[in-house]
Amino acid sequence: MIKGNSGIRKTDIINRRMFIIGAAKIIILTGIIVRLFSLQVNENKKYLTLSDKNRIREWKLPPVRGEIVDYFGNIIAGNLKVYQLHIIPEQVENFNYLLSRLKTLLNLSDKKIEKIIKLKNQLKPWESIIVSENLSWNDFLKINNYLYDLVGVKPVMTISRNYPFREVYTHILGYVSQPNEEEILANETVKERFVPGIKIGKLGLEKTLENYLIGTNAIQRYEVNAYGKRINQLEHQKGKQGLRVRLTVDTEVQEACGKLLNDRAGSISVMDIYKGDIIAMYSSPSYDPNKFLFGISNDDWALIRNNPLKPLVNKTLAGLYSPGSTIKPIVALSALENKIVSPSFKVKCTGKIELYGQTFHCWKEKGHGVVSLKNAMKQSCDTYFYEVARLLGVDRLNITAEKFGLGKKVLGDYFDFEKSGLFPNTKWKKNNLGKGWVLGETLITGIGQGYTQTTPLQLCLMTAQIANGGYSLKPRIIVDNNPISNEEAKSKLKEETLHSEQKKLFKDSKNIKIVQEAMFSSTNELYGTSYKSRIDDPKYQFAGKTGTAQVKRISMRERELDLKIEQIPYKDRDHALFVAYGPYINPRYALSIIVEHGGSGSRTAAPIAKDLFKLIIDREDLRNKQKNFEEIEI
Amino acid sequence: MFQHNRLSNELTFWQKVKELDFVLLISILLLSVLSLFVMYSTDGGEILYHTKSHFSKIIIFFPLMILIAFFNIKWWHNFSYIFYIIIILLLLYVSFFGIKSSGSRRWMDLYLFNLQPSELMKIAIILCLAKYYHRIKIENVNSVTSIMTAVTIILLPITMVISQPDLGTSILIATSGLIILWLGGVKIKYFIYSFIIFLISLPFIISFLKPYQKLRILTFLDPDRDPLGAGYQIIQSKIAIGSGGLDGKGFLKGTQSYLDFLPEKHTDFIFTLFSEEFGFIGSIGLLVLYSIIIIRILRIGAISRSNFSRLFCFGFAFAIFFYIFVNLSMVLGLLPIVGSPLPIMSYGGSSMLATMIGFGIVLSAKINHKQMIA
Repeated sequence: MIKGNSGIRKTDIINRRMFIIGAAKIIILTGIIVRLFSLQVNENKKYLTLSDKNRIREWKLPPVRGEIVDYFGNIIAGNLKVYQLHIIPEQVENFNYLLSRLKTLLNLSDKKIEKIIKLKNQLKPWESIIVSENLSWNDFLKINNYLYDLVGVKPVMTISRNYPFREVYTHILGYVSQPNEEEILANETVKERFVPGIKIGKLGLEKTLENYLIGTNAIQRYEVNAYGKRINQLEHQKGKQGLRVRLTVDTEVQEACGKLLNDRAGSISVMDIYKGDIIAMYSSPSYDPNKFLFGISNDDWALIRNNPLKPLVNKTLAGLYSPGSTIKPIVALSALENKIVSPSFKVKCTGKIELYGQTFHCWKEKGHGVVSLKNAMKQSCDTYFYEVARLLGVDRLNITAEKFGLGKKVLGDYFDFEKSGLFPNTKWKKNNLGKGWVLGETLITGIGQGYTQTTPLQLCLMTAQIANGGYSLKPRIIVDNNPISNEEAKSKLKEETLHSEQKKLFKDSKNIKIVQEAMFSSTNELYGTSYKSRIDDPKYQFAGKTGTAQVKRISMRERELDLKIEQIPYKDRDHALFVAYGPYINPRYALSIIVEHGGSGSRTAAPIAKDLFKLIIDREDLRNKQKNFEEIEI
Repeated sequence: MFQHNRLSNELTFWQKVKELDFVLLISILLLSVLSLFVMYSTDGGEILYHTKSHFSKIIIFFPLMILIAFFNIKWWHNFSYIFYIIIILLLLYVSFFGIKSSGSRRWMDLYLFNLQPSELMKIAIILCLAKYYHRIKIENVNSVTSIMTAVTIILLPITMVISQPDLGTSILIATSGLIILWLGGVKIKYFIYSFIIFLISLPFIISFLKPYQKLRILTFLDPDRDPLGAGYQIIQSKIAIGSGGLDGKGFLKGTQSYLDFLPEKHTDFIFTLFSEEFGFIGSIGLLVLYSIIIIRILRIGAISRSNFSRLFCFGFAFAIFFYIFVNLSMVLGLLPIVGSPLPIMSYGGSSMLATMIGFGIVLSAKINHKQMIA
């Protein structure tokens, strides 16, 4: 019984102690459930995000760049299918064998092979190595034929920039190429969308409009395992092609400009005088931007860089020239506006004038005799303008010149390399050269020599603003969202001047008319400097002003020699300039032409205008009829 | 009738069948089937090695459990010490001739599968101590000799297991043993004293730990210390469980596990996978299933007439609970990572064998709950 008793007492102890443990178990179980609840219910979102971060990896693909089209919708910067060759290392069975096969098939250099091996060691085995960015169709076919033998090789079709008109638009569009590190860091958008193989604008509009053109990356989401290997594709988010940009330029005219300049150094700009649309803007010589897409070869680069005619410089925007006689309409206008001269004011030209013992020559040695404003402009008499400039003074001339856009950037928003040029005044000289202004400098400024420096586009804008009756223009190269007719543009221009005096560039519209008539006579009347280049048909008839800008001071000896252009070294020849607008009745377009070292404006530059006006005015109808298509806002 | 049965001492086969605890049996079966599905998921939704192997183990061990149940509890009582000694010998064998794998010598090659004797010790120690405290006079429970004997019974296997080295299993063995001491009536003050001694000697113990074990403790204290190294498992486990949410990602849709972010998903982290796929609701369901099993075992202990059965059932119920607690705390980031499987769910033959033997003895206790053991 004692034993039994002991057994019962023992049972009691066991039960009691089990009860304590049971209570402890319930507490512990509760703790575990609370923990489970907090992880799975309270913090579910946090862990779900972490889990997705673990398993989902995104691959960005290069965005498709927006097209750039001319006014008529012709693609001038487009996209082309290119064939590429990739190697995916993890699929390759024998890397050395593959390389030797590729080497013989594609004629790869040893250097290239080394590069591939280096890349292979840097990349993860499932990341593809780009062996060739731009495979020729023949090579692409060859690769496809031998694909059975090239395990791990992937022929890829992708899209790359292409400039179908080659050198015609280089100076407007620039080109794209692979960005360097600085360029990636400088632009947030590029930084965000960067993927290996992306190309960004390096120059011109391609660079300026980068953020509009670049487009958005297509994104491929893959589920990856713990080792980073792709398991399956989750979704493909399509990228958006970059915006389509439509320019105001006309490819026909632009091409014609190129042909007319015919690889001589120079520039042609054509502008709509009411809308400010740039119809053409050609800098010569040019080069093929397509060569830069996949990295230019050293030989090609040397050829471009060492060309003495400087194809890399956009002469229209960054070329600085003395305006020569093309400044005379502005001098005349300034004098009229300031009531220094009247149309009947006359000067006797004897071929030269003397001032403080210095001789200032007219281009015509024998002199023009007694000339009025109109005749002086027509025959480009320097003596007359010496006298007018002397009476006017450089400061008043400077005000008028700057009003008409000289010394200021024209398209600075779009081209960072554009130069502002210079139109001097006394203050400028004091501040920059620390010397007082000399009257003789006023005289040569009056014939567009001296300190004055202008870009061809500035001269074009100046001419356009004279042609439209003296209204301030805002030149543009991109078509905007509000298409208006010519008449609307014209009245809008005038209307704007009512609200803002700044837009009106004249005090008396009669003065503009006088200058316009003088320019007309210069082209269309006998003895006019560009009379030979005139068109009599009123449909094409234009008014213009020649200019011949001296590159160096002409010595007495040279003056006496009176050399023919062929006898002067190229570098010392005068620049030939011509500005014009037309048609004379109801003018629509203005242009400026510069042929570097082309000799005289009347002989070299003016004839180009004759050909060009025919083309431009013939295309006027087409331009007016061009329907506006899907526009974009920039 | 009672008298007669007690005197005749044996139940007929059908009586035994009738006396089986069917709730417990069905719960175990349910758990086994569930474990198969989870194993199928760890194999990536295919019947591969782990699923097949786990299935074959269930097919062998489940009937084994029933077979054990049909042995009289008295037999198990008689067999207890021998069982303990056999396992001690096996441990000894393993420490010399065992298969070495990932730095520790725990397994012996049984041709069909690798046996881990330390897992069986988890049951053997309960059996052995249950018998010891069943037989000892209540007056002697707190005598120095009896306590020393009991402590030796515990210390002998755990020193062998620690030296394998296998900290996790030795903790489980020690705890299972200690709980019998507690139930057997050892005074509370001894537990308190030894706990204090343990705390004092803790720095000393830590200096004996292997570097990887120290690292595990440090990692537990701050898993973000080395997120790609030592902390990786615990971070990924928490991500998997947390991302499961209320109702889980769905069967076979646990991304963390099938994309290999989850380490040791077949064994110690099986709950993580389950919880990722079945969510909070599923996890609670699993805990309820385990609770039913534990409660049934406790109930059997409570109705048993012999203290041996009672001690074994209570001890085994606690052991099961403790395994679950250690495993869950580990995968939930509440305890450092110590290798400890989740009963039945985790892949591993020895663990399942031990658990099934335990269930078998519990069922035998149920069948013979009216049996007195002298």
